[in-house]
Amino acid sequence: MHNLAFDIAHLLAGGLVLISFMMLYQDRLYALLNIFAVHAVVLALSVAWQAFIQNAPHLYVTAVIALVFKAIIIPVALHRIVKQLGIHRDIETAVGIGPTMLAGMGLVALSMVLMLRVTGAADPLAREDLAFALSVVLLGLLVMVTRRNAVSQVVGFMSLENGLVLAATGAKGMPLVVEISVAFSILIAFIVIGVFLFRIRERFDTVDVGALDEFRGERR
Amino acid sequence: MISTVAQQLWCVAALLATTVLAIATSRSRRSTAVVYGATFAISGIALAAALHALIAHTNATELMLPVGLPWLGSHFRLDALAAFFLAVVNLGGAAASLYGLGYGSHETTPHRVLPFFPAFLAGMNLVVLADDAFTYLLCWEFMSLASWALVMAHHREADNARAGYVYLVMASFGTLALLLAFGLLSGAGGSYSFAAMRGIRHTPSEAALVLALMLLGAGSKAGLVPLHVWLPLAHPAAPSHVSALMSGVMTKVAVYGFIRVVFDLLGPPSWSAGVVVLILGGVTAVMGILYALMEKDLKRLLAYSTIENIGVIFASLGLALAFQANGYGLAAALAFTAALFHVLNHSFFKSLLFFGAGAVLTSTGEGDMEKLGGLIHRMPLTSFVFLVGCVAISALPPFNGFVSEWLMFQAVLQSPDLPQWMLKIMVPAVGALLALAAALAAACFVKAFGITFLGRARSPAAEAAGEVDRYCLAAMFGLAALCFLAGILPGLVIDALSPVAMAVIGHRMPVQASDAWLSIVPIEESRSSYNGLLVFIFITAAASLAVYFIHRFASRAIRRGPAWGCGFADPAPAAQYSGVSFVQPIRRVFGTLIFQAREHVDMPPPGDLRPARLRIDMHDPVWEQLYSPVTETVWFFADRLNQLQFLTIRRYLSLVFATLVTLLLALAIWS
Repeated sequence: MHNLAFDIAHLLAGGLVLISFMMLYQDRLYALLNIFAVHAVVLALSVAWQAFIQNAPHLYVTAVIALVFKAIIIPVALHRIVKQLGIHRDIETAVGIGPTMLAGMGLVALSMVLMLRVTGAADPLAREDLAFALSVVLLGLLVMVTRRNAVSQVVGFMSLENGLVLAATGAKGMPLVVEISVAFSILIAFIVIGVFLFRIRERFDTVDVGALDEFRGERR
Repeated sequence: MISTVAQQLWCVAALLATTVLAIATSRSRRSTAVVYGATFAISGIALAAALHALIAHTNATELMLPVGLPWLGSHFRLDALAAFFLAVVNLGGAAASLYGLGYGSHETTPHRVLPFFPAFLAGMNLVVLADDAFTYLLCWEFMSLASWALVMAHHREADNARAGYVYLVMASFGTLALLLAFGLLSGAGGSYSFAAMRGIRHTPSEAALVLALMLLGAGSKAGLVPLHVWLPLAHPAAPSHVSALMSGVMTKVAVYGFIRVVFDLLGPPSWSAGVVVLILGGVTAVMGILYALMEKDLKRLLAYSTIENIGVIFASLGLALAFQANGYGLAAALAFTAALFHVLNHSFFKSLLFFGAGAVLTSTGEGDMEKLGGLIHRMPLTSFVFLVGCVAISALPPFNGFVSEWLMFQAVLQSPDLPQWMLKIMVPAVGALLALAAALAAACFVKAFGITFLGRARSPAAEAAGEVDRYCLAAMFGLAALCFLAGILPGLVIDALSPVAMAVIGHRMPVQASDAWLSIVPIEESRSSYNGLLVFIFITAAASLAVYFIHRFASRAIRRGPAWGCGFADPAPAAQYSGVSFVQPIRRVFGTLIFQAREHVDMPPPGDLRPARLRIDMHDPVWEQLYSPVTETVWFFADRLNQLQFLTIRRYLSLVFATLVTLLLALAIWS
């Protein structure tokens, strides 16, 4: 039973890394949002599985939040925003897909090497989990760095945050996990999407953050 | 009966309460008297408690207050060393408060001075009481900031703003060095309390690093060359009683920090540490007094002279380190006692001299000595006490300055016993430097007194001067009396200092109270002894006799001399001997090399009616060789880094990302 539990947790966390990779090469906003929804669903499954094997019912709350909020509400809201703003055209990635994928692989390798070595004494389940979580965080950062569009940067940030939640739930007995995930979700929901996007839209008639730089008279 | 450390902490609490009171009432007219009266009373009580703790040989007491970091609290401890420095701090505080009672009524902006004055006193007390690194650094910064606020009291004057800026930069730098020093001292365990630090053994390289950091941290506050640059700017900028506190007392708190760490916490010293401190002290003494000689402003001259005295103190401490490293406990105790004695003396006469300078400043409005003169006729009492201070600081018997320097030279004379050749050579060399500094100090204070108080008034302001009020005079006379008493009764002071030497060095000087006729005998009677009282009686008797014979046998007939008197043909006061002309020989001998002093004579050709002019160019070697390159480098990089303020959001994200990945890579490779 223990091996099976470990394998499933491993599978789900690995799946999360894989889906992060899929985000890297999406060059359409709708596709990116769909992939993100899948990302959140896998996260919810992973958290629920951790809740089951750790006998920690409060983690189910986190799983439900992830499912309802990140897999359904936010992607739907972002879909609507993209439609309203009329920006469902291609994403211009700042860096080509090939180099991005190579960099992503390098990051995953780095986090594996680092985490497996540093946490040598820890419980194997937590070790693997932390390594995957660090990969997801780094890939999320990579998404943010390689995109120019504000919506896709938000998506990158949320996938980064998914990595954090994965790490927090994987470590047994971590306090305040639920509260942290709630706080992050609210942060994203209210500040980032609402204020950020519509302010840019009102001012500059575009959500390309390049417009901000142009407004300040800076070169890219 | 509350413990001694609790007594001191209650006094600190009272000082902080006075700060609150001063903030609340600083706009009212009576506030000056109330605040200075309160600080005078509190400092007096704290002084009495500290003296009692020092003389009654009470054991060290400790106390933990549940404030500060939650898992640490604030530890305080009162041992003999702390008690001595508390006595110095509170004596200076009481004298400055008494002086402030009179001087404060001339203050144009009392609300900028009154709240910070008790806070500054409280900060200095707390630094001496602190018994863990966190509390120490916190109180140290509190003291620095309170004194900075006092320096900036008259912030509209352009020089003061610069002084405050330089002071702030140097104080931050010093605290950084202290922080690193304590970080090294706490070792791998990371425990902050001094008790734990004493137990840790350090490798020689660690100990050397801590010593270097302490010389930077405490040295920048005390004014060791080349870290002294802020001191002659900031000390004179504050109101005079605060200048007295900063010069006479705050530098001593820095000396305390140095002693606490290097002698107490760091464990057994190495003799090379002694050499470093000794050389720095010697260089500081000579450079400080040379700067002072070149100075025209009275308060800045006094501030530079503080640097010289700090050099003397550090040289004595270096000697003590060298002797202790070789196991010569008695000689180490002698050098250490000399250092402490000089700490005490300097706090007496430097406060006195700053009070005198403040009196001159209030009654003439002029700090430039070249515009003063002849004040002995208009301010006879101030002139008298200022003269006492000048004689004491010039290390002339029978005053106290002579005793401490004499003790120090007695320690220097023990150096042939030392085994290391380096020390055998360096100690007499530094001794020669200190002797040179002492001689130059005498010249400097002949100039300070002579130009300011003798001769004829060089400006209308000096001509219209009047005596200062009773409180100022009382403070000055009190300190002058202490200078005199410590000079003729040095044995009592040495005996009072013996518990400190016993606690820090592990040895003490022989008991002096039992020697006949109040003599002091540092080692043994056959080698050397000094009796301040006999010297005083001899000087008094000889001088009285000389006066009697002159009055008895000299002619009373009026004589008329020729109109031509030594080229002093012009009767205008400006043609008198000036401070610049007084130091010309010294400037030519030392200044040409050190300050690159050059004299340019602008002589008009025959027929041209403009006056001839003598221009003197001097360069401050420390600013030009050390500080200017540093500031230029900082500006260079600041200009380059300025571009980082105008990047795109994605670039910032990329920077963060790149930093993160680099750190992770570093961890992956080296862990």
